[in-house]
Amino acid sequence: MNFMPVILWTDALIFLLIAVGVAAAWYVRRREYLLLPWQRVMKSSVGMVSLLVLSLFLLVGLLDSLHYRVALPEKSNGQTVYSPEVLSAFDTLVSGLRSRIEKTYSAPLAAYLYAKESIETPDGKILRDYPRLKFGGVHLADPQHELAGDVVRRAVVGGLGGLLVGGLLVWVVGWAKRSLPTRIESGPIGGHVSCPPYTMRALLIATLIIAILIGAISYLAAAYHVLGTDKVGQDVLYLSLKSIRTGLVIGTVTTLVMLPFALLLGVAAGYLRGWVDDVIQYVYTVLSSIPSVLLIAAAVLMMQVVIEMHADWFETSAARADVRLLALCLILGVTSWTGLCRLLRGETLKLREMEYIQAAQAFGVSSFRILTRHIVPNVMHIVLISVVMDFSALVLAEAVLSYVGVGVDPTTISFGTMINAARLEMGRDPMVWWALASAFGFMLVLVLAANLFADAVRDAFDPRLNRTESAT
Amino acid sequence: MTELLKVSSLVTRLNNGARIVDDISFSIQPGETFALLGESGCGKSMTALSLMRLLPDEIRIASGAVQLGGQDLLALPERAMREVRGGQMAMIFQEPGLSLNPVMTVGEQIAEALELHQKLRGAAAQGRCVELLDQVGIPDAARRMHEYPFQLSGGMKQRVMIAMALAGQPKLLVADEPTTALDVTIQAQVLQLLRDTQQKSGMSLLLITHDLGVVAQMAHQVAVMYAGHIVEQATREQLFTSPAHPYTQKLFAALPDTARSGQPLAAIPGSVPPLHDIPQGCRFAPRCDQAWALCHEQAPVWTVVREGQGVRCHLYDRIEERGLRTEVKAQKQSNTTAPNSVLGTQPSVLLQVSDLQVHFPIRKGILQRVVGWVKAVDGVSLEIRQGRTLALVGESGCGKTTLGKALLQLIPPTAGSVQFAGRELIGLEASELRMQRAAMQMVFQDPYASLNPKMRVAEILEEGMAALGKFLPPLRGKARMGVEPGNDNVSTPSDGTTSHLTRLSNDDSQVIGYPALPLMKLLAIRLRWQTTPAKSLVMQGGGSREARQAHIDTLLDQVGLARSTIWRYPHEFSGGQRQRIAIARALAVNPKLLICDEPTSALDVSVQAQILNLLKSLQQQLGLSYLFITHNLAVVEYLAHEVCVMYLGRIVERGTVEGVLHAPRHPYTRALLSAVPRIDKRGGEVIRLPGDLPSPVNPPQGCHFHPRCAHAMAVCRAVYPDATGVSASHSVHCHLYDDLG
Repeated sequence: MNFMPVILWTDALIFLLIAVGVAAAWYVRRREYLLLPWQRVMKSSVGMVSLLVLSLFLLVGLLDSLHYRVALPEKSNGQTVYSPEVLSAFDTLVSGLRSRIEKTYSAPLAAYLYAKESIETPDGKILRDYPRLKFGGVHLADPQHELAGDVVRRAVVGGLGGLLVGGLLVWVVGWAKRSLPTRIESGPIGGHVSCPPYTMRALLIATLIIAILIGAISYLAAAYHVLGTDKVGQDVLYLSLKSIRTGLVIGTVTTLVMLPFALLLGVAAGYLRGWVDDVIQYVYTVLSSIPSVLLIAAAVLMMQVVIEMHADWFETSAARADVRLLALCLILGVTSWTGLCRLLRGETLKLREMEYIQAAQAFGVSSFRILTRHIVPNVMHIVLISVVMDFSALVLAEAVLSYVGVGVDPTTISFGTMINAARLEMGRDPMVWWALASAFGFMLVLVLAANLFADAVRDAFDPRLNRTESAT
Repeated sequence: MTELLKVSSLVTRLNNGARIVDDISFSIQPGETFALLGESGCGKSMTALSLMRLLPDEIRIASGAVQLGGQDLLALPERAMREVRGGQMAMIFQEPGLSLNPVMTVGEQIAEALELHQKLRGAAAQGRCVELLDQVGIPDAARRMHEYPFQLSGGMKQRVMIAMALAGQPKLLVADEPTTALDVTIQAQVLQLLRDTQQKSGMSLLLITHDLGVVAQMAHQVAVMYAGHIVEQATREQLFTSPAHPYTQKLFAALPDTARSGQPLAAIPGSVPPLHDIPQGCRFAPRCDQAWALCHEQAPVWTVVREGQGVRCHLYDRIEERGLRTEVKAQKQSNTTAPNSVLGTQPSVLLQVSDLQVHFPIRKGILQRVVGWVKAVDGVSLEIRQGRTLALVGESGCGKTTLGKALLQLIPPTAGSVQFAGRELIGLEASELRMQRAAMQMVFQDPYASLNPKMRVAEILEEGMAALGKFLPPLRGKARMGVEPGNDNVSTPSDGTTSHLTRLSNDDSQVIGYPALPLMKLLAIRLRWQTTPAKSLVMQGGGSREARQAHIDTLLDQVGLARSTIWRYPHEFSGGQRQRIAIARALAVNPKLLICDEPTSALDVSVQAQILNLLKSLQQQLGLSYLFITHNLAVVEYLAHEVCVMYLGRIVERGTVEGVLHAPRHPYTRALLSAVPRIDKRGGEVIRLPGDLPSPVNPPQGCHFHPRCAHAMAVCRAVYPDATGVSASHSVHCHLYDDLG
C-alpha cells in the first residue's frame, strides 16, 4: 500500500454525525407523523434549491475529510515511511490547484504577477515590469492580446461541457425515476417522498445553472487562477474550497457538543422544577452574562498553551491543528447552549401542565420515562429549528474568532484565517481585494443557503401554518 | 321594507374553493333577536365575520348580498365599512379575556370607540364612559374605568365588551357565543343584561350559540346551521314545539335530562364533516337515520313548511301532498329500557374522603416567605360507593379539579384522609402508592391536550399497562367480552347496550385513510392470534405481547372504536373519538374508580351524548364507580346517583340527585339551578347572584356564601354553618336550616 489512511478527531465526529443523520432519516421514513413536515419541506422550492447548494458544500467538506498520508519512496529499516504531510481526497482531486503556487499576489484570471519585479531579459538588460506567472496563462504567447478571448472561449466551452454533464445527470435521474416507479411506490410509504412539479422545475434549473458554473470554473481553473493568488502565491479558489470543511466542522460539531447540555438541562429544569431548576437557571444565567468572546479567548489561549507544551502528543502538524479545531468546537459548544436551554425550559414548563403528562403521572410512570417518552419528542421540532438556525451563526462566529486571533490554528485554512491574512492588503494601492471577496462570497452562499433551508424547515414545522393547510 | 339586516345567498369560501358558508339567506327585524344555532365547525362564526367583513386572509366572500338598513355592505369601500363597524353593527366575542387589550385601561378602550363613532373627547367621553359602564351593571364605574382588564373577572370583562359595543350605539349587535366561557350564574347575569339593553335601546341582536337553553331564553327567530348550510329556520315557538329537520330533532333528543335518566341518550353518530370533505347530496345524510338514497345523491332545496318555518330536507319535498311528517319520527326512541343499575341494597363504600384539605402557599420576597395560603380545597368529606356515580358540581374556581387531582395524589393534600377500599392513601411510600394507582384513574377535560400527539393509540393504551404491569390483577383478554379471539366481527349483540356500542363504533370508523403497513401488522397479529391456545388468555397485566394486544382490542371494543385504529396518531381523530381513547387509556389498568373531570365540556352536544352513553354503559358492564366533576347540571341529572355541590373549597350541600336537584335547600344550589337556561322554561324566575366567586385566598368570614346570598342573616357573617340533615341522605351547610338539626 502506498498510502495510510488517517482519521483525525474531527473526521471521526463527521462520520459519526453522518451515521446519526442516516439513522435518523431511516427512523423518520418509518413514521408518518415525523415524515409529514419533511414532505412539506420538499414542497418548498426555496428549501429544496438551498438544500441542493448545501449538499454541494457538504460533498466538498466530506471529500476533504477523507485523510491519508502518502508513502515515501525511500524506506528505513524495511519499514515504509509515510510523508508527514496529511492530504485529503479533495486535495488529490484538485491537486493542480494545490500545487500551482505562484510567487505572490496575482489578480483573478491574470497572466502577470500583481507586483513589478526586476526581470532580466534574454539580451541581458534589467527591466522592471510585471513578470509572467509560472502557471496562470502560460499557454498564451501574448497575453496582452489573447487573454480576454481565451478566457471567454474557455468559459463558454467549459459552461457547455457542464451543461452537457448536468443535462445527462438530470436525464439519468429522470429515467431512473420513471423506470423504477413500481419499486419505489410499492413500499410502505412509497409515493410520499416526491416533490411537486414546480419544485422539480426549480431544482432542474438550479442544477443546470450550477452545472454550467462548475463546468466553466473547472475548465478555466485548469489554466488560470480563477480567483487569483494570495500573498504566498496559493490559489484563492483552493483556499476557499478548503475553508468549507472548517466552517462545516465548526457548525456541526459544535452543535453536537451543545445539544446534550441544552436538551437534558433545559428539559430537566422545566419538568423537575424545584432546586434542579434553580441550579440550572443560575448556571445558564451566569454563563450568558459573561462576555462570550472573552470567555472563548481565555479558554482558547489556555488550550493553546497545553498543546504547545505537549508537542509529542501529535504525530503530524495536521493532527495538532485538528485537535485545536476540535477544542474550539468544544469551547464554542460549552458557551453557546444557554439560548436553546432557556427555550426548551420554557416549552417544557408549558408541556408539563398538559393533561397527558398528568395522565402518565396518574399511572405512576417514572419521571425519566415521562421526560424521554412524552416531553423530549414534543420539543424536538424546536431543537431541529434552532440547530439549523445556529449553524450559520457558528460559521460566522468562527470567522470572527479567527480574525480576532483566537480561532483555529494558523495552519488550518478557514474563512477566518483567509480574512485575517487579507485584511492588511486592503490598504494597499492598488488594492488586493480578491482574497477577501472570495471568502465573503463563499461564506455568503453557504450561510444564505443554510438560512433559507432553516426557514423552510421552520415553516414546515410551524403548527399554525399547517393548520390552514390541513383545513383546505 | 322594514328589515334591518337582509342577507341573501351569502357564500364565503376558502381561496382553494371549500365553501365555509354556503348560500345563506336570512333577515333580522329591528329590535329582534335572531339566533344562529349549530355545533362547532358549522360556519356560524364565519357568517358573523362575513357580515362584518372581518374575514381572515385566506377566506373571502364569493357571492351574495348583505344589506344593513338598505345599504349594501359588500359594495362599500373599506373606509366606509370602518364607519359601519362599531357605528351601526358591533360585535362581542366568545373569550372576553382575549378581546380586551391588556395594557390599556378599560376606560381608554371604551373612549377609543367613543372618539371614533361619537366624536366625543376628554371630559365628555369620560362622562359617557361612566354612563355606559353603569348601564352594563359594573359597580363603582368611575373607579373601575381606570382599571386594567386583568383586575376584572370574566363576567366583568364581558360586560366591558358589551359597553364598548354599545359605545357606538349600533343598530345591530353581533354576539358570538357571548357566554360560553362563563359560569352559569354569570351567564344568567350577562344574558339578562343583553335582554335589558335590547329593550332599552331597541337594537337587534344576532346571537351565535350552540346552547339550546340560551336560544330558548333569548331568541325570537332561530336558524339552525349545519356544515355551512342553514338547515332550518323558524320562530322560537315553532322550533321548540315542532322541530322539522332531523338534525334539529336530534339536537333536542341529545340533551341530557332527568326524564330520560334511565335510557341512553339519542346521540347523533359521527361528527360534523370537515370542510374539505363535504358529502354529496344532503350534508347531514351520513348521520341521519331517516336518510334514503335521494338524500345521498341530491342536495335538498329550501322548503317552507308553514308560515315562518322553513327547512332544507327531502322529507318535506312534497309537503302539500303528504302533510307534515314531523311528529311521526320525533318520538321514536322510548322503548329501550336499560335497567338502572343498583337499587335497594347499599353497595359498599369504595372511596372514603374525610376532611381533605389542599392549601397552596403564596410566597413573596427574596426569601420566598409564605405570606398566605390559597385554600383550594378546605375540609371536604365525601364517599363513593361501588358502582355508583357521585357528581361534584360547582362553578369554575371552586376547587373541583384540585379535589379530583388530590384524590389521585397528583397534588399532595395538606391534611385529611383519603381511604380507598379501606386503605389510607395519604402518606404512602411512592412504591406503595403505585400499587394503588391502578385502581383509580382520571379522564381529563380537554381531549386535545390529554393525548400525547407523538404517540400512537396502541402506545397510549399500553403506557399504563407497562408502568403498572406488575401490580395489575390478572386480566382476561377478550374472554371477558365474550368475543372469540381472531374474530374481527365485533357485533355479537348480547343485549341492547352492546349493540348500541357497536353502532357507534361503525359510525366512528370513517377516519382518514391509513397506510398499508399497519394493516399488515394487524394481520400478522391476528394470524399469530389464531394459533394461540385459549388458555393463555388469562394473563398477568405486564404479560406477553399477544396478551397485551388482546387487552387493547378489548378496550377498543369497549369504548366503541374500530380495532384498526390502534396504529393511528391522535390528530387523526375527532374530539369525541379522542375522548374515547382517553377513557380506554384509563380503563387499561382495570380501575374501580374513574375520576371524570368535565369529560364532555369541550365537546358538542351530539358528541357529548355519545360519551355520556358510553360512560353509562361502561358503568353497567364493569361496575365502575365515577366521581363526575362538572358544572353542567343537566349532565348530573342524567348520569349521577348522588350530588355534592361545592362552593369555594367546601361542600355546601349533598344528597341524592332527586333530593338536591328537585328540592334544593342551599340558596347557592337554588341559584345555580335557576340560572341554567332550560328549553322548557321550567324553574321560573332566575335567582340572580350578585357579584363573582370570592378569591379562595381570603374567603369571607362566616358562611363563605353570605356576601352573595339574599337570605343572609347576622349569624351567617360570623359562623360557618355546620351540616344539617334534611333527610337521611340529604344534608346542607346553611343557617336557614339550623332548627331542623
